[in-house]
Amino acid sequence: MTDFSIIGKPTAMVDAAEKTTGAGKYTDDLRVPGMLVGKILHSPYPHARIKSIDTKRAEVLDGVIAVVVGKDAPNPYGILPVGHDEHALALDKVRYVGDNVACVVAISESIAEKALELIDVDYEVLPAYFDPEESLKAKTHLIHDNKPGNLEKDYHHAFGDPDKGFAEADHRAEARFIANEVTHAAMEPHSTLASFELDPHTGEMGRLTVWSSTQVPYYLQHKLSLVLEMPMSQIRVIKPLVGGGFGGKSEVIPLEIIVAVAARKAQAPVKITYTREEVFWAHRGRPRTIIDLKTGIKNDGRITAVKARVVQDGGAYCSYGVVTILYSGALLGALYDIPHIQYDGYRVLTNKPACGAMRGHGTVNVRFAFESQLDELAAKIGMDPAEIRQRNLLKPPCITVNGLRVQSYGLPECIEKTVERSAWKQRKGKLPRGRGLGIACSHYVSGAANSIIRSDMPHSTVNIKIDRDGGVVVYTGASEIGQGSDTMTAQVAAEVLGCSLARVRVIAADTDLTPIDIGSYSSRVTFMAGNATLRAAEDAKKRIAAAAAKKMNCATEDIVFRDDLLLKKGSVVPPAKNDKSEEAEVTQGGASGSGRVEGQILRGSLQQKRKEEGPKEWMTFEEAVVAAIDFHGALTGTGSYAPPQEARGGKHKGGGVGPSPAYSYSAQVAEVSVDEETGEVTVHKVWAAHDCGRALNPVAVEGQIIGSVWMGMGQALTEEMIWKDGMLMNAGMLEYRSPSSVESPEVEPIIVESIDPEGPFGAKECSEGSLAATIPAIANAIYDAVGVRLHESPFTPERVLAALRAKRNAKNLNMTGGIDPTAPARLREHGGSLCFQNKGPERHALDPARSKNSLSSAGAD
Amino acid sequence: MKKELIELKVNGRSHELAIEPSALLLDVLRGDLELTGSKRGCDESSCGACTVLVDGAAMMSCTLLAASCQEREITTIEGVSEHGSLAAIQKAYGDWGGAQCGFCTPGFIMTVKSLLAENPDPSEADVRMALSSNLCRCTGYSQMYEAIRSAIAAEQHSALSSTGGSTGSAND
Repeated sequence: MTDFSIIGKPTAMVDAAEKTTGAGKYTDDLRVPGMLVGKILHSPYPHARIKSIDTKRAEVLDGVIAVVVGKDAPNPYGILPVGHDEHALALDKVRYVGDNVACVVAISESIAEKALELIDVDYEVLPAYFDPEESLKAKTHLIHDNKPGNLEKDYHHAFGDPDKGFAEADHRAEARFIANEVTHAAMEPHSTLASFELDPHTGEMGRLTVWSSTQVPYYLQHKLSLVLEMPMSQIRVIKPLVGGGFGGKSEVIPLEIIVAVAARKAQAPVKITYTREEVFWAHRGRPRTIIDLKTGIKNDGRITAVKARVVQDGGAYCSYGVVTILYSGALLGALYDIPHIQYDGYRVLTNKPACGAMRGHGTVNVRFAFESQLDELAAKIGMDPAEIRQRNLLKPPCITVNGLRVQSYGLPECIEKTVERSAWKQRKGKLPRGRGLGIACSHYVSGAANSIIRSDMPHSTVNIKIDRDGGVVVYTGASEIGQGSDTMTAQVAAEVLGCSLARVRVIAADTDLTPIDIGSYSSRVTFMAGNATLRAAEDAKKRIAAAAAKKMNCATEDIVFRDDLLLKKGSVVPPAKNDKSEEAEVTQGGASGSGRVEGQILRGSLQQKRKEEGPKEWMTFEEAVVAAIDFHGALTGTGSYAPPQEARGGKHKGGGVGPSPAYSYSAQVAEVSVDEETGEVTVHKVWAAHDCGRALNPVAVEGQIIGSVWMGMGQALTEEMIWKDGMLMNAGMLEYRSPSSVESPEVEPIIVESIDPEGPFGAKECSEGSLAATIPAIANAIYDAVGVRLHESPFTPERVLAALRAKRNAKNLNMTGGIDPTAPARLREHGGSLCFQNKGPERHALDPARSKNSLSSAGAD
Repeated sequence: MKKELIELKVNGRSHELAIEPSALLLDVLRGDLELTGSKRGCDESSCGACTVLVDGAAMMSCTLLAASCQEREITTIEGVSEHGSLAAIQKAYGDWGGAQCGFCTPGFIMTVKSLLAENPDPSEADVRMALSSNLCRCTGYSQMYEAIRSAIAAEQHSALSSTGGSTGSAND
């Protein structure tokens, strides 16, 4: 392995001290002089027409500066160019409980809250749609007039010949899986502060500065420009510290637009920070997904074909929906070698908060279904579940049947390592009843190969400035959101330039200062911004090397940059700088004394000095920088990255989503126990091997793997958004049941390095790919423990008990048909998230709550 | 609501403040005193991001009336750094990846401070139980345990070296 001095070593985040001392500023920690507070009035109805809004009583309240309504900024926007269906505030209709109706700007939060109560809105309540399959049948009262049948988008893909594939199969399995809705619940509630400057030439309000908890400053700048009708150059978006994103801040959230409109109307700086409840309403999380999946295999375990029909409950607006439904299909490929794939995806509108991108965007729920079904098929043919996965490996480099290019592929090693570390072979199937092991795999893109705003611009650009002080300043638009973006940037720059990490300062995510980067989503930062940083640093290094080569009288390629020094290849390393006794010798016997002084010496005496010295064997980094600046006039480097054309996917409709320059891979084994009395599932340990290409910062990589597994476990066991008549019943951190430290298992992260040919130093993503495998690994472990297959997540005690009861009674029960029919009546209302007053999905055929006496048996399996 | 004068002692310094009697400690810390290290992650004592020490006990300042904290010693995250350098727990959280986005970190560190004051050598079960008052969405908690173990080791090491190997030195 190549010898690195910075990367590959566990490194504390460059912003760690800011975070551990409380000194770092998140958006809500910021204040500007004259700042006012904004509060938003939300809709109490899931679907209603706004007949009138009367704000007069609120406006006259002492301390209220402005009241903003929809007509103050009527331009539509949306994160996707094909989905401009949102407005800053509702124009004529509200579409979910929590939709944005008006905004009060006041001198204090309490006055603003009081004023909200004084706004009179006359609503005409409309029939609402809460279940996607019901919503698709809608003929009247459509959620958006231009979306017949409330269908946001559907895609129908066939790759290879699926019918032939299934005909060739020796065994087939077919079942419905449901993954209920989850949300990011990042610890930091969304917050945005907007402030206009007065233009010195016109005297009017001019440039706008927005500080926001966003993963995508550039997209925010773009959408603000659309809604406010201002040129992008007049809008500056600054991203302070962000307290977690997970995709929830990867698009423009309503308050980010509302606050700017409010600041314009109030003619003063305004800050809006969501309450926790508002964060749940803003949502943009992972949609409830219904997956009808069919898989065929040969007797030897080889997969012959997969067919998936996926329905996503997208909520009231498009958001990232079109991309989510495409990811769900596209990433059926690129994990295993599947010759025939059929995919039918439906993104459906319902009267609930919009779903969007969440960690493992689009892939997670389908992966749960697929890996569960593969486990069932392995059991059917009596094959070890680890082995069936090994039988279906890709043979990279290759292009999958659906057009995804796969190069580095650490999946075989991931499976091997998890199997070994978990003592799978010795223990699988041999644990006492109630305890079990399950295995599953997953993968994810290292950045989307195609930007959501189509253009030929680079996806990442990085500028580096190095000055006479020897300081390296890296300007990147990439957004640090806790994942270590800034640290990765500093590490890559320092590694290339052979300087210490302390020399490097990263200026990030400020649209006035930093070049455009499309943001922190789709796990693109290490791969794309990392490559751009690498190129920018190489660019600067080239200039330094050219100047140093003259001084050292050698070829540029003979200079090695390392440990703040430039050495001739093969020359002896000078004494370490921290060795005091030899330091004097270095200064004397070395090159030229202080580089800082040298730059100020007159040219004549400088040349004289050089003559006396003769060529140098080595130079300090600072001396070399000074030489380069003297030689070139200024020392900068630029680099950019755009995914190569051959990694951009097939030509089919929707083929732009799914392709990536590289994929990460994960294999996991979960060990669980199931209490057959209570239905409670406890995860004891998860072994998670993740192929991240190369681990630039192992402590950060491990943190991302553990965090992904943990979040997957939350979705598997406890997290679920529970709705009643379009109202979120658990809009709080405890009620949503984000796992605490006592409920969280030990996770053993195992780093696998496949060294990607195009990644920076071979690195790929490590922050999302591991999430998806955790859910099916736990599901499969539950089967190993107690012999029941759970087809609906999360695997709550109610669902586990129902499955156990059904098994005992030898009933063929498919829980995904609706609510648990075997549960005692008093539990039933809480057992299924979408069943209420006949507005939810059809109740299970055996559900006594269902009218009359249908006794037809439940679905297959 | 009419404001009243109160005196709050925060991080060893006394402040005279005019606040509404209903003002919450978190709002006074963040707003009036500009100590923004304590965070608001919810409004209902469920996330722990606002945890501060009140007379040494970890309390959630989002549901504590500021006026009720007069004549008590309040310590916030800003009061944790010692002698101009990171406290062992702060350094360890950075080194071991205990902080990712960092939003929950101040609250966790205050909880750990209070745990270690009561129990300088907690078992992993003790640590898990203590930390369950706070929520984190990034780390899955694992790297925090390593950070806490390492901070305890560092504290013990420095306690040993500062006593020069002699025994029976004073506590604290």
